[in-house]
Formats: sequence, C-alpha cells, structure tokens
Amino acid sequence: MRLWQFHGGIHLTGHKDLSNHTGIIPAKLPKFLILPLLQHIGEPTEPIVRVGDKVLKGQIIAHCFGSDCSLMISAPIHASSSGTVVAIDARPVPHPSALSAPGIVIETDGEDRWTELTAIPDYTRLPAAQVREHIAQAGIVGLGGAGFPSHVKLRSKDIDTLIINGAECEPYITCDDRLMREYPQEIIEGAEILKHTLGGAQHCIIAVEDNKPEAYQALVAAAQGRVEVIKIPTLYPTGGERQLIQILTNKEVGRFQIPASIGIVVHNIETTRAVYRAVTAGRPLISRVVTVTGTGVEKPQNFEVLLGTPMREVIDQCGRKPNLETLIMGGGMMGLALPSDDLPIIKTTNCLIVGQVGELPPPPPPLPCIRCGACAQVCPINLLPQQLYWYCAAKEFKKAQAHSLFECIDCGCCAYVCPSHLDLVGYYRYAKAEIRAAAAERKAADQARQRHEFRLMRLVREKQEKAARHQKSKSNPDLTTF
Amino acid sequence: MLLTIGMLGILSLIFGLLLGYTSVRFKVEGNPIIEQINSHLPQMQCGKCSYIGCHPYAEAIANNEVAINQCLPGGESTMLALARFLDREPIPLEAPEEVVPTKLLAIIDETACIGCTKCIQACPVDAILGAPKWMHTVIAQECTGCELCVIVCPVDCIKMAPVPATLSRWKWPHPSQI
Ligand code: SF4
Ligand code: SF4
Ligand code: SF4
Ligand code: SF4
Ligand code: SF4
Repeated sequence: MRLWQFHGGIHLTGHKDLSNHTGIIPAKLPKFLILPLLQHIGEPTEPIVRVGDKVLKGQIIAHCFGSDCSLMISAPIHASSSGTVVAIDARPVPHPSALSAPGIVIETDGEDRWTELTAIPDYTRLPAAQVREHIAQAGIVGLGGAGFPSHVKLRSKDIDTLIINGAECEPYITCDDRLMREYPQEIIEGAEILKHTLGGAQHCIIAVEDNKPEAYQALVAAAQGRVEVIKIPTLYPTGGERQLIQILTNKEVGRFQIPASIGIVVHNIETTRAVYRAVTAGRPLISRVVTVTGTGVEKPQNFEVLLGTPMREVIDQCGRKPNLETLIMGGGMMGLALPSDDLPIIKTTNCLIVGQVGELPPPPPPLPCIRCGACAQVCPINLLPQQLYWYCAAKEFKKAQAHSLFECIDCGCCAYVCPSHLDLVGYYRYAKAEIRAAAAERKAADQARQRHEFRLMRLVREKQEKAARHQKSKSNPDLTTF
Repeated sequence: MLLTIGMLGILSLIFGLLLGYTSVRFKVEGNPIIEQINSHLPQMQCGKCSYIGCHPYAEAIANNEVAINQCLPGGESTMLALARFLDREPIPLEAPEEVVPTKLLAIIDETACIGCTKCIQACPVDAILGAPKWMHTVIAQECTGCELCVIVCPVDCIKMAPVPATLSRWKWPHPSQI
C-alpha cells in the first residue's frame, strides 16, 4: 500500500524500552474507588445510585441524562468492583487545574462480584444501531487519551474507511504496543465489529509504527487477511488523527471538518478491544491498561487497572523511589503535569510518567525569539508558530485566530526545536483559553442585555396597564366603591 | 429538591423562549452607534458608572458627556475596547487596585428570606425567582453579580460570593505565571 507524508514532524527518543518488555499484569484491587462523573469529553453523567447502596462490578452507577445516551455526547460510568457507595461528592480530579469535580466513591468489599452481563452472541445478525447502543451502554470512550464517546463516532453515515490507530507515537507510552502483542485476536475482531457498526465500511486498516515490529507481526498473524495491517514510519506526531489520515490516504481533513465528513473514522487500539469485550462478553468499560514508567519507579510496567483506582497505589506497585517530584499523565510530549498522585485513574489515563527530584534540570530561561524559522519547519499543520507566538504574547488574539490558532493541535514540535526555549504551546493554550472565555462572556452579556431590555419593557407595560386601570376607575366611580 | 430544580428549569426555559421571542418581535430600533457601544459593555446593569444601566451609559458616551473609563466591572479590557471602537485615547480606570474584577454571584439564604419580593424589584435582569411570602432564589446562570439586590433586602439574607471555580470555567494561565 502506498503511503504519503504530512508536513514537518520530529524524531524523538521513545523511552519505550523502559516498560514494553513485560506483559500486562492486573493492578491490585484498592480499598476505595473514586469515579468522577465526567471522564470523557462532553456532558457529565448523573449518579443513579445513593450513598449506602450496594453495587456490583459492572453495574451502571452514573448515567447520561434520562438514561439515554443515543442523542448525547456522553457515556455511562460503571462500578469497577463490587462494594458500597460511601460518598457522592466533589473530589480532586486528574487535571492540571488541581480542581475538584463531583464523583462517586465506592468502598470495595474484596469479592469483586460481577453483575449479570449481557453479551451479543452474533452481532452480525443485529442492525448496526443496536450494536452501537450496546457500545454506548458499555461506557466506551476513546481510550487514546482524548476520551470522545465512541458511540457518537459510530453514528457517522457513509463511512468508507475505518482506521485503527496503532501508531502510539508519543514517548514513554507502551500500553497499545503491549495490547497488540498480547491480544491481537481481540483487536482484529473488535475492528470487524466496528466495521459492522459503521454499516459495513469498505476498508479497514490498522496502522502500526515501525518501531513496534512484534506488535505488527502479531496483528498480521491474527488478521489472516481480514483486516489490512500497515507498517508506517516512526515520526512524531503520526498518531494524530489528521496526520494518520494523511499518511494513509493523502486526504486532508478540512479546517472545520471532522474525518467522518470525508468518509473516515479513526478508533484507538484499546477502544477497539473494549468494543470486542463489550459485544462478545457483555463486559462494560471498568478497567484500562495504564503504562506506569519513568525513572521514579523501580520497575516500569503496564497494568490493567480498575477505573477509579488511586494513582498512588499503582505507582507503589511499581516500586516507588524516594524523592518523587514530577508526575505526568499522558505521553512525554503532550502529557499534563499533575499536582499530586492522590488522584483516581480515569478512562483517559493511558500513561503515568513518574520523575525524581533533580532528574530533569530546570528548563533554561526563555530567550527572545530569533526568528530562525525552525518551528515552522516541523509544524505538522504547516502553521507559522513564531507568528502565532508573537500574536499570543502580545494578546493580539484576533490576529492569532486569523493565523489559524485553533488548528494547532498542541503537539509541541515547535517548542521542542525552538533554540530560545520558548514555551510556545503554553502561549497557544493560554490564548485559546482566553478567546473561548471571552466568547462565553460575550454570550452571557448578550443574554443579560436581552433580559434587561425585556424587564424594562415589562415595567413600561405594567405602568401603562396601571394607568389604564386608574383611568377606567375614574370614569366609572361606581366600581370603586367596594 | 429535584422538583424545585425541575420547576426552576422549566420556568427558566419558558422565560428564555419568551425572551427570545420578544427580543425579535419588539426589537428596539435604536441609534446604531449607541447599540454598538452598548455591545462592548458587560451588561451587568449595576449602575457603578453612575448611570442606571449599561445602555444609558452608552448613550452618554455617544453624546460625549462622559469618559470611557467609568465602567469598573468591565475593567481595563472594556475601556480598551471602547477606546479602540471610538478611536479615543485610552484613559486609566479610577480604581486601579481592582485590575481583574472577580465575578460574583448573589446567594439568598433561603431559610432567612421572608418573601418580601424587594430583591426581585431590584434585580435588573430578572435573575431572582419567588412569589410574595415565599422563599426567593437566584438563578445562578442569569445573575450578573451587580449587587443591587443586596442592599434592598430587609433581613440581610443576600450575600455575594465568588462564582465557584469549575473545570469548564478553568483557563490555562499565561506561561509567565506557571
Ligand atoms: S524556533 Fe523559536 S526562536 Fe526560532 S523562530 Fe520559532 S519561536 Fe523563534
Ligand atoms: S504545537 Fe501547534 S504550532 Fe506548534 S508544531 Fe504543533 S501544531 Fe504547530
Ligand atoms: S458600570 Fe458597567 S456594567 Fe455597570 S451599569 Fe455601568 S456600564 Fe453597565
Ligand atoms: S440576583 Fe442580585 S446580584 Fe444577581 S443580577 Fe440580580 S440583582 Fe444583581
Ligand atoms: S429581599 Fe431578602 S427577604 Fe425579601 S424576598 Fe428578597 S431575599 Fe427574601
């Protein structure tokens, strides 16, 4: 199969050797599971259990509004083990803000007892919509880190190509690599289920970066020609949805388009396995594979972790070294620094990078931009990062937007090569957040203005009515006697 | 509790629809310059500019009766936006100590409320729900934080509190502040 290229990109040290030599092992059952109501992109779920309720593993404990996910960007949350609901309140969530958000806390009973599961014995006999609903009820969202509810992506019509994204281009992360090596059969069958659910897409491609030869071999052996397995060159950020589409099809997804509008849908490796398990075994999304790595742990390792397990406990199981300083959730390039490890593992936690004090020298102080243009050469979207930087730093947000700021995927290639060590992505994130907040504020102000005008009108009308009544009673004195 | 939330939800939906309708049906044909100036103001209707609302202040600006730095809640950004739009010189605000105004929200202590309806009469955006002799409550989404309801309450049961920080409102800080 012919491959194409996207603009720019960078070669990185993978650091994948740290964690990809040993098999995935289950993490221990924790005493408490903390399950935030929002673990995906979209609307938060609503609790359907109460404090004191006994719950079984796999039972839905928080659902989409009205228990109907089909029209919403949301996905239910399940109890990841059996036990008792001991609290429903705000708890710190894994987010750079260090804020809290509502969640459900389960005290586990150690029995790990399943609720009754309903599998689909032969999905090929069911209409696509029904399989999709089953996937929605299983709470499956994009497990590559973005967390977009999968059933929404499966709603697209006229899909010609289904791509399973096995690129895993970010440094340190190896969960998909291990999954492809250990569960190739489940991934291939999951891909076939997805194909059926999309109304029978013509093509199905699994793309694997060539730094994962074992994973590639395993998939080829399992596929037996049912699905096309393609080796692609290792280059960051090949795993970006739009970049991968360009490599495989030479099609560019337009500025305000989603891939589905050109007939393509991309799903992640672990998502595909989750779909397989949900359909063939009725098993909802109650666990995921997490890479725990970095120099802060004795034995980096991939774990199958029950959702809601505190990060601290999983890090302990890898042999926590003293003097830990940094914790990053996600990959080495786009991962987010977390303020503590007293946070639950959620659906989007694919990797934890633990670092020791003094491991990374503090970044050298930023210097002025020398307009060398290195950033523009590596930008996969072909933007002008230094221009964007000038505009964002000067708060010229309109100009930044005119230079396609919102097309930037925060990949960090530009900052990686910048000789002045500028925190370019930091400026883009800041500017995007300010622009979004200003738009929201404008909308709220507009609404307040309307409400105020409405009120003024109402007051005028009430005054007129009062005056009219007054007039009437004057000309009709009989009526005012009582 | 759920019932109250549901009822409030339905009520605000009805009002919202009514509002949308009336704003189209009874659209006031004003002076376009005034309307544009008004569109740069924060619409809190708090009167801190010493006019009785944003629109009157916009009129006064259009008539060149007042400086463009009188809206304190809007802060520097509103002043700069006005300066740019009107092509006038920016002037510093008179209360420089409050550079970034924090957004506030009125909260009624429902157990203390005697249902006098005074706050409803004071609220410029109809953000308070209640009936005579019943407890009153603030529709948090609609409250602009103007504080006008606080002084009129005879039992002092309205407090202003900062709008709580949530994930959806969180913003990435400026790189120099990390
Ligand atoms: S790489 Fe850095 S120094 Fe060079 S042009 Fe881009 S922002 Fe400026
Ligand atoms: S972070 Fe944005 S601007 Fe920088 S290289 Fe990536 S896409 Fe381009
Ligand atoms: S001070 Fe600002 S927000 Fe308050 S009424 Fe005047 S213009 Fe409107
Ligand atoms: S509730 Fe009070 S603070 Fe909020 S808008 Fe109404 S009057 Fe102003
Ligand atoms: S003014 Fe105070 S007491 Fe009167 S209705 Fe409002 S909140 Fe209740």
